[in-house]
Amino acid sequence: MKKEKGQRTVFTRRLVMLGLGKTALLGALGVRLWQLQVKESERYAVLADENRISMRLLPPPRGRITDRFGVPIAENRLNWRAMLVAERTDDVGATLATFSHVVPLTEAERTRIERDVRRRRRFVPVLVREFLDWEDMARLEVNAPDLPGIVTDVGQSRTYPYGEEFAHLIGYVAAPAEADLDGDPMLQLPGIRIGRAGLERAHDQALRGRAGRVQLEVNAVGRVIRELEREEGTPGQDVTTTLDAGLQQAVSRRIENDSAAVVVLDARNGEVMAMASTPSFDPNVFAEGVSSAQWRAWTSNRRNPLVNKAVAGLYAPGSTFKMVVALAALDSRLVAPGERIPCFGVTQLGDSKFHCWKRGGHGWLDMREAIKQSCDCYFYETAKRVGIDRIATMSRRFGLGVELDLELPGARSGLIPTRQWKMATQGVPWQQGETLVHGIGQGFTQVSPLQLAVMTARMVNGGRAIQPHLTRAVGGALQKGHRAEDWPALGIPEPHLRLMRESMSGVVNERGGTAWASRLPAELGVAMGGKTGTTQVRRITMAERERGLRRQEDLPYEWRHHALFVGFAPVEEPVYAVAVIVEHGGGGSAAAAPVARDVMLETLTRDPARRTSPPPPPTRPDQQRVAEAAAPGPARTERP
Amino acid sequence: MMQRTLTRDRGMGFGEKLASVSWPFIVLLCLLAGTGYAMLYSAAGGSPEPWAFRHGLRFGFGVLLMLSIALVDIRLILKLAWPLYLLGIGLLVLVALHGAVGKGAQRWLDLGPIQVQPSELMKIFLVIALASWFHRASIERVGNPLFLIPPLIAVAVPVVMVLRQPNLGNALITCMLAGVMLFVAGVRLWKFALVGGAVAVAAPIAYESLHDYQKNRILTFLNPESDPLGTGYHIIQSKIALGSGGMFGQGFVQGTQSQLNFLPEKQTDFIFTMLAEEFGFAGAAALLGLNLLVVLNGLAMAFSCRHQFGRLVAVGITTNFFLYVFVNIAMVMGAIPVGGVPLPLVSHGGSAMITVMIGFGVLMSVHVHRDVEIEGEQQA
Repeated sequence: MKKEKGQRTVFTRRLVMLGLGKTALLGALGVRLWQLQVKESERYAVLADENRISMRLLPPPRGRITDRFGVPIAENRLNWRAMLVAERTDDVGATLATFSHVVPLTEAERTRIERDVRRRRRFVPVLVREFLDWEDMARLEVNAPDLPGIVTDVGQSRTYPYGEEFAHLIGYVAAPAEADLDGDPMLQLPGIRIGRAGLERAHDQALRGRAGRVQLEVNAVGRVIRELEREEGTPGQDVTTTLDAGLQQAVSRRIENDSAAVVVLDARNGEVMAMASTPSFDPNVFAEGVSSAQWRAWTSNRRNPLVNKAVAGLYAPGSTFKMVVALAALDSRLVAPGERIPCFGVTQLGDSKFHCWKRGGHGWLDMREAIKQSCDCYFYETAKRVGIDRIATMSRRFGLGVELDLELPGARSGLIPTRQWKMATQGVPWQQGETLVHGIGQGFTQVSPLQLAVMTARMVNGGRAIQPHLTRAVGGALQKGHRAEDWPALGIPEPHLRLMRESMSGVVNERGGTAWASRLPAELGVAMGGKTGTTQVRRITMAERERGLRRQEDLPYEWRHHALFVGFAPVEEPVYAVAVIVEHGGGGSAAAAPVARDVMLETLTRDPARRTSPPPPPTRPDQQRVAEAAAPGPARTERP
Repeated sequence: MMQRTLTRDRGMGFGEKLASVSWPFIVLLCLLAGTGYAMLYSAAGGSPEPWAFRHGLRFGFGVLLMLSIALVDIRLILKLAWPLYLLGIGLLVLVALHGAVGKGAQRWLDLGPIQVQPSELMKIFLVIALASWFHRASIERVGNPLFLIPPLIAVAVPVVMVLRQPNLGNALITCMLAGVMLFVAGVRLWKFALVGGAVAVAAPIAYESLHDYQKNRILTFLNPESDPLGTGYHIIQSKIALGSGGMFGQGFVQGTQSQLNFLPEKQTDFIFTMLAEEFGFAGAAALLGLNLLVVLNGLAMAFSCRHQFGRLVAVGITTNFFLYVFVNIAMVMGAIPVGGVPLPLVSHGGSAMITVMIGFGVLMSVHVHRDVEIEGEQQA
């Protein structure tokens, strides 16, 4: 009994201790709980909100790019997509097999889809196929009961209805690269595209718009429970260009078989009416991804389809440069307009002989005749008197060798040499012989077709320093520069300019002018002025000269001369300036002037001043489908 | 007194036994299970499926099981103490050989309709076995170190087996349970101090032999914010849920953390967090209080029992329950490493519910048979 008592006493004492201990432990938990739940509650409430609320961005539609009349040249098309939500089907493989019967999938696509399904959470839609056409969509809808887990939705993708014809101007869009991330959260969105070249890139900010936001309540695995708040974004602004889509199309087609570039400017204000460079590429290909074979074909093509020759192609201006030399001579009063300078077919300077293009020479010529007949000897002499530096100064005033304000990325400024330049870059003093060569636009001088067009425009618009531009309005707001008065005067005396206009008119409209064959038809009642140019791609050797010059057509393509022409119309009151270069086209009068004539004819007949309503946009087969598809939407469609 | 015991024992019929069951205790259990039902209803986003309804059903079955065990004569349980212990060891061997692997550990035994976690059952059997060993012992014998060797071996065998599953948490809980049993049986305090010192020395060595996930848990416990999306995720999310509950909670089925699944395993291990988020500190404290009442009630049953076997069994079962509650709640509050311990009668899970109810059945049997005289008590 005693033993039991001892046992019991110890037990009771320790039981009480145990009970107190347990109470204390649970009490401690309670205290800690009070700290967590009541004292620090606010801090954790914020954390909880951060947990559950997820911000998502709503991509706004990208702004359209239109021509000056509102004809779309870059717009958005509906992109029908089929997606697979793995959790809504029991058997992903079976669903894909059925899908393949309706819309065939390649083995590679299947592998990709199955891999995506494995990697993502089961409720996240995985892209099965995009850019579905309306027939495929209809077939998918009809077969919907047999396609568990397949949902369709519609996104937007960029489309260029004119394809190649605007490729170099509009550029294209592509997924942003690491370097493009500029802090705009929109760029993180999957499927977002940004302007990669041309106007798409130049106006990317305006076209992009501002992303909308939607606050979603999400659970821990990211599934959306409900929408809390929505803030619509701002769609991208439309950009109205200065281009005339119809003209651009006509110009592109005129030179589509050549490696050539044409620029048509409104000489009064610098608006680019058309700017074509051939061969070109189809920017629509970029929306769906460029195959490496396609890319190789583009980059290995010696005619450089990816390069916009109008702004990035540099050529010796040849005889089209002679007006600048003439103006420099007039400016410096070293040659009087009426002064006659003889041409005997060759000019001797020391031991060197400088040939005129015309064997036997032109005889005695004044400035007007020298330009009209494009006499080389006249300009050798003129250049010799004026000197290279004055020629360079005058060149820059006309936009040659300087950077122009065009919006297009990749424009090059070319080169106008001076004595100082040669000493600095080559370490050799300038030779007088070089001045002679540069007097006819050869030598180091390198200019772009756009610069030639700007030169011509400044020469015929009363001497205003217009800058070429492609943007007429952004979001409906007219941009500065659409009025002639927006541009400052160059300060060239009007008589000098008039002489240039008359001389250039003579080139085209007078018998004996180098472009007489390319004059505008008389019944048009409007005349064009201009200047031809032919530049050697390689030196003509003495041996060749002795054997007799061969016809350009007999030479290998790469050896043929570049053909140039700069022109303007109407002669009396100039509105348009044009520059044409046909690479390896042969001679300026034979290859470039006819192009310029056709372009100018087209430009004048399309003159917006005479236009009342914009022309209908061209229709392409896939566009038609979009129009049809947009109307009757399928019932089961989920919009993103 | 002895007379009364005898007569009472002899005369105790089915009805009388049933009448002497502690009905207030059953009411407490019903309150706990009811809380569980409500929280599981909420965990399913406001639906009795898939957890709450089954939870209720299991509890009903568990109450019947408990009452059946309560009617079993405590002396029969005493006689079966060691056979039951061996049965438990057998199950542990079985689970080591054929058990299902869950979360990287072999713990479950699939017995058709229900899955059994032998390590849980083992703790009850161990309590009974230890009680039977010490029930005969006088204080003097308990003081003899040699007398303590067999029970220590009886504890060590299952602990090692549970460790090998591997289930560190359960092994530690088993050790603590055994420690409490030895404590109330009268083992000297300095002996505990000795063992405690030995553990402190052995701990670094033991740490090296732990599995990576166990090491991770300990490391995460020491600094949960170090790896917010990895192993620390559960604890951080749980604390956020607790904190966002505030004083009175976000409302039933309104807890953002739980309803939006930021809270992991909210229907099992983290159900307390969910309750604390939806009912706030008030609700959480109430549940703590309810559990404390169960524990104190169990200890009171131990106190009122007139034989040492019953007293020790009652303390053991109650302590086992207490350890579940304490470890679970401390775990979800980030106070101790996460250990996969459910909150008894509230968490979803058939095996745990049945095990707990078997334990309470034994406790109830102690209560019903608190006055019986047990042979051999005096001799030793």
